[in-house]
Amino acid sequence: MSAAEEIVTEAPAVEAVPKRAMTLGYGTSLVVLAALILIPLFVKNFIIFQMTMLLIYALAVMALNILTGGSGQFSLGQSAFYAVGAYTSAILMEHAGMNYALTLPIAGIVCFGFGFLFGQPALRLSGVYLALATFALATAMPQLLKLGYFEHWTGGVQGLVVTKPDAPFGLPMSQDMWLYYFTLAVSIGIYLASVNLLRSRSGRAFMAIRDNEIAASAMGVDVALYKTLAFGVSAGITGVAGGLGAIAVQFVAPDGYTIQLAISLFLGMVVGGVGWLPGSIVGSAFIIFVPNIAEGISKGLSGAVFGVLLFLVIFLVPHGARQIAIIAQQLAAKFKKN
Amino acid sequence: MSVTTRLAVFGAALALVATSGSAAFAQKKYDTGATDTEIKIGNIMPYSGPASAYGIIGRTEAAYFKKINDAGGVNGRKINFISYDDAYSPPKAVEQARKLVESDEVLLIFNSLGTPSNSAIQKYMNSKKVPQLFVATGATKWNDPKDFPWTMGWQPNYQSETQIYAKYILKNMPNAKIAVLFQNDDYGKDYLKGLKDGLGQKAASMIVAEESFETSQPTIDSNIVKLKASNADVFIDIATPKFAAQAIKKVAEIGWKPTHFLNNVSASVGSVIKPAGFENAQDIISAAYLKDASDKQWDNDPGMKEFYAFMAKDFPEGDKLDGGTVVGFGVAQTLVQVLKQCGDNLTRENIMKQAASLQDFRTEVLLPGIKINTAANDFAPISQLQLMKFKGEKWELFGDVISADVGG
Repeated sequence: MSAAEEIVTEAPAVEAVPKRAMTLGYGTSLVVLAALILIPLFVKNFIIFQMTMLLIYALAVMALNILTGGSGQFSLGQSAFYAVGAYTSAILMEHAGMNYALTLPIAGIVCFGFGFLFGQPALRLSGVYLALATFALATAMPQLLKLGYFEHWTGGVQGLVVTKPDAPFGLPMSQDMWLYYFTLAVSIGIYLASVNLLRSRSGRAFMAIRDNEIAASAMGVDVALYKTLAFGVSAGITGVAGGLGAIAVQFVAPDGYTIQLAISLFLGMVVGGVGWLPGSIVGSAFIIFVPNIAEGISKGLSGAVFGVLLFLVIFLVPHGARQIAIIAQQLAAKFKKN
Repeated sequence: MSVTTRLAVFGAALALVATSGSAAFAQKKYDTGATDTEIKIGNIMPYSGPASAYGIIGRTEAAYFKKINDAGGVNGRKINFISYDDAYSPPKAVEQARKLVESDEVLLIFNSLGTPSNSAIQKYMNSKKVPQLFVATGATKWNDPKDFPWTMGWQPNYQSETQIYAKYILKNMPNAKIAVLFQNDDYGKDYLKGLKDGLGQKAASMIVAEESFETSQPTIDSNIVKLKASNADVFIDIATPKFAAQAIKKVAEIGWKPTHFLNNVSASVGSVIKPAGFENAQDIISAAYLKDASDKQWDNDPGMKEFYAFMAKDFPEGDKLDGGTVVGFGVAQTLVQVLKQCGDNLTRENIMKQAASLQDFRTEVLLPGIKINTAANDFAPISQLQLMKFKGEKWELFGDVISADVGG
């Protein structure tokens, strides 16, 4: 069987999602946005910190969603891009004394380059093979960060402590609240850009590749370019999330970016609904809060409880939050008719 | 009783309450997390994830505080022990520390485990001025009262231990050729630094070979073979249990007969020496500060009997042979001592002050002669160890208790 035939007979990796279904309606978006802006005014700093982490992981999950849901490529290596972003920001802030806000675009660009380059060899692989190749990247990253050669910059196994920025212009705001709104602004920017990307020519090219590579190339889509581009964009966004994460947590160390993180992000994507960008925030909430709930149920068996909860989600709503949203929409429509 | 007398009695009672209340205010001082009836203590442990074996320490502590509470608590206050899982991940540790401090409002965080996790929260704890007391890691950097006055370790730090080996080597084998095997992380490097500092100027000439390994390696056989080729007659083995057992076995297999120093981290008879084979482990030298529950010589020791009774009555599901239970028991006793010393002044400042003024305190699971001493400029509670040699099927202590204080 030739390679071409193999691709044709292979079932599509990801179920096709029409591009309109990838976003939320205006009304819902505004409600969510209002909630995200208003809630921090009424809660403790700790909750604000958790919400900041929620946005950061949501960005990372969304980046993976663009790659998998958009262009149909798997990645278990997102933790590596996240780590590169985190370290880029941390090193620039602590060694070069750069302003935290300026380090983020640099982290994004570095990771875009890194992801684009990694996308080149990854072109030859697809499906589970690609997942394994990226898995290798994720397992290698913590050790690379420990290498003695980079130790002067990375702090080796000890990691780097990052200083948390104060609110600028003397705004009467705690550090946590400022960082939250800063993260929120960055997240909204990236979300809008991602939505536009997927609606654009490039986005259509991604989806064409996802649905049928041969048909896409027959239509004149440069498959190699767009596949690597998807990797680059995804890595770039993950890098920005990593940089924000480093600032919020105030610490980077190799042990923070293990394969566990990559799997969590993957989990977040599946729970949120593959190919549905707003689901990213639901997926992110799942990976942040459900382990805490599991721990609350049983300390000794927290892993098992988490497993059971995850199993229930996958079993009852295999398409994740997207499925729930669709059901809710249908119910609302029925209600209106009556 | 008429209404007026009732009112008068009520008024008098009110006045009494008011005066006694103000008297109490004068002597009792509290920070967030402490009240007349309760002291909230936070804790972070890897109950899940790669280091979940250490979770037993947190469970032992919970059982010990429950025992203390059942007996009436500390100065009449019950300990409310809130322990969270961080899965040994630094970002998760930050989240849990913030949850403990800002949401649960604990008085202090006690015995949080792991060097990466504690490094991640150290700056936060010190900026919030909340004690990060008796952290469960042997890194040397916790003894730094000048820069981090709210952080304190408990166990002897790694550097003190290798300094003690260095002292012994310089005294007994001044012409030794030393080969070092170390794990390539902060723990291994900390040990190595202690050794080099201990050997001083002779370090460069005495250490003939250094081999590092990664915890992800399946075996360290090739590292051992390389070290043997250096013709060293002293082997310093800085490895966690799994690798230490491999090293002991391989050294015997290839017929290398150096004086073998094994770090305390892997001195457990049950999890290291037995799997490696007793016959391969004869005459290995190590150092200890705690009594080993698997060692028969302590069976009639009053201190260990207390520990065994605790394990049987209050924590029957725990394994007393697991070194973690002895550590958890000892460190929990040290905290109770600090809280007792604080009396009714349960401010965070006083907690640190009392923790830094422990004098010759002993929990009876420590080896005889080892005492806990701290001071305003000494945040290393246990800094003494005793050397021991493996004979037959157990460790035999030898020599005196040796001190080595190292700052971070």
